[in-house]
Amino acid sequence: MASSSVPADGHGDHTRRDFLMVATGALGAVGAAAVAWPFINNLNPAADTLALASVEVNVKPIEVGQAITVSWRGKPVFIRHRTAKDIKEAEAVPMSELPDPQTDNARVTDTAKKVRPEWLIMIGVCTHLGCVPLGNKPGQDKGPYGGWYCPCHGSAYDTSGRIRKGPAPLNLAIPQYLFLSDSLVRIG
Amino acid sequence: MASSHGTPPVFTNKIVAWIDYRLPIFSYIEKEYHTFPTPRNFNYFWNFGAIATVMLVLMIATGIVLAINYTPYVTMAFDSVERIDRDVPQGWLIRDLHMNGASFFFIAVYIHIFRGMYYGSYKAPRELLWILGVVIFLLMMATAFMGYVLPWGQMSFWGATVITSLFSAIPVVGDAVVTWLWGGFSVGNPTLNRFYALHYLLPFIIVAVVALHVVALHVHGSNNPTGIDPKGPQDTVPFHPYYTMKDGFGVVVFLIVFSGFVFFAPDYLGHPDNYIPADPLVTPAHIVPEWYFLPFYAILRAVPDKLGGVIAMFGAIAVLFILPWLDTSRVRSATFRPIYKWFMMVLVVDVVVLGLCGANPPAGFWIPLSQVATLYYFFHFLILLPILGKIERPLPLPPSIADSVLKKKAG
Repeated sequence: MASSSVPADGHGDHTRRDFLMVATGALGAVGAAAVAWPFINNLNPAADTLALASVEVNVKPIEVGQAITVSWRGKPVFIRHRTAKDIKEAEAVPMSELPDPQTDNARVTDTAKKVRPEWLIMIGVCTHLGCVPLGNKPGQDKGPYGGWYCPCHGSAYDTSGRIRKGPAPLNLAIPQYLFLSDSLVRIG
Repeated sequence: MASSHGTPPVFTNKIVAWIDYRLPIFSYIEKEYHTFPTPRNFNYFWNFGAIATVMLVLMIATGIVLAINYTPYVTMAFDSVERIDRDVPQGWLIRDLHMNGASFFFIAVYIHIFRGMYYGSYKAPRELLWILGVVIFLLMMATAFMGYVLPWGQMSFWGATVITSLFSAIPVVGDAVVTWLWGGFSVGNPTLNRFYALHYLLPFIIVAVVALHVVALHVHGSNNPTGIDPKGPQDTVPFHPYYTMKDGFGVVVFLIVFSGFVFFAPDYLGHPDNYIPADPLVTPAHIVPEWYFLPFYAILRAVPDKLGGVIAMFGAIAVLFILPWLDTSRVRSATFRPIYKWFMMVLVVDVVVLGLCGANPPAGFWIPLSQVATLYYFFHFLILLPILGKIERPLPLPPSIADSVLKKKAG
């Protein structure tokens, strides 16, 4: 600034004036953002909402071929005791047929890395727009792939809960879970 | 036009004169709603701006009274609405007015939008007037959606889930945005609380944008069925008493039809499922939004890709913002556009077809039909309008509004 050729009285010193304007504006913008942040962050989940972290479920009464729905974080979680046929079908699907490729094994592994193909535990929320798919209760439409079918917009899932057809982009999500014993599972 | 405003009014009432000298509200009303020169040839389509304004006031009045008895908490919301219906004095009336008022507000606004499109009211110099109108429409949609969540029935809950989940289609930040909207991991109490707060706030923002809409309207005055500008006093009449009377008449006729629904079929436009309390573990077999969202819902479902569907749905409204520049014809009114006139009617049919597609399950022939109708919707705005303006030969315009009116009388 000192090397500027304009007179020292400041008249016509556009460079200096511009610098002050930009610096003031930038500082003002930072201030506005700092004030806006608490208002925006205020809408994020509160500590008590975050604290609803886990549920424990006794899976012993669930017979082969049965499924139950439990509530976790306000969402339904499907627990299906799969039949040998379910498992075989799920494992036989070539990856190239899947919109969201994932092996069946990867979907039945708990946080201790133990694989239990008979237990499929997933969040029962369609990855399209959040409806609860049908197929968890006896007599409900399981869709063309024998897993689950979302009546809202027609997404169909297979016996591993993977998306096969319809507008949903992803497989049904797998929550973190851990088998504390052969009959007790902790979700979350 | 300013010339016909004449000299400022002289108020004989001393109090009025005293106030007006300090805050010229009486001069303003005199100038903008009494002597305001208005084209003399309005048809009944020009009633719907006033009708929509009456509905907005009715919605705010009934809404404030409802809020006094409503409880925005997940375990109590449903029961508090039932209590309003059953126990609160005249609660049933206030609620039915509010519930059906939303539908009739949209009916008025859809006819108002059609009027604007048919008579080319969005063309220069009224582009900003039109854009403000689209902003009001968007705010109305947001307000109506959040209001529908408040009774916390099954449709409330699952409608809220589906619509908020639309934002999860945004790449990378989508899921974080949805959690932020919900205030939790699913639609729940924090969601209900914030929707209630916003449902109370947004109508007042709508009032503010309506005020801007009216200010912009009064700069160049209203368009009219011929689409040609008034050329002098022979083309206009003062707003009062001519159009206050005509608008008043239209409002009364509209309110008679509205009352028919309120008193004889208050739930006809709603869904029975919303009288089942919200259950986060069971989705109703057939989720549909309120009727006024059905065409946009059909566009969402017509695209077999999540992000694509969301983009198409928001795009269907976004094209309205640029409509003044998509339509290249210099003639405003469809009366003098022999080809556009018919395509405008086809667009109306197309939107009705989309509405039917949205009301039916996404299966069978409804899927291809909704896809064809969606394509046509965008074809109309993005391809047809720019080309038609260039190739269509408009009919000769009348020399003036007065001329067209008097000729019609004589003929």
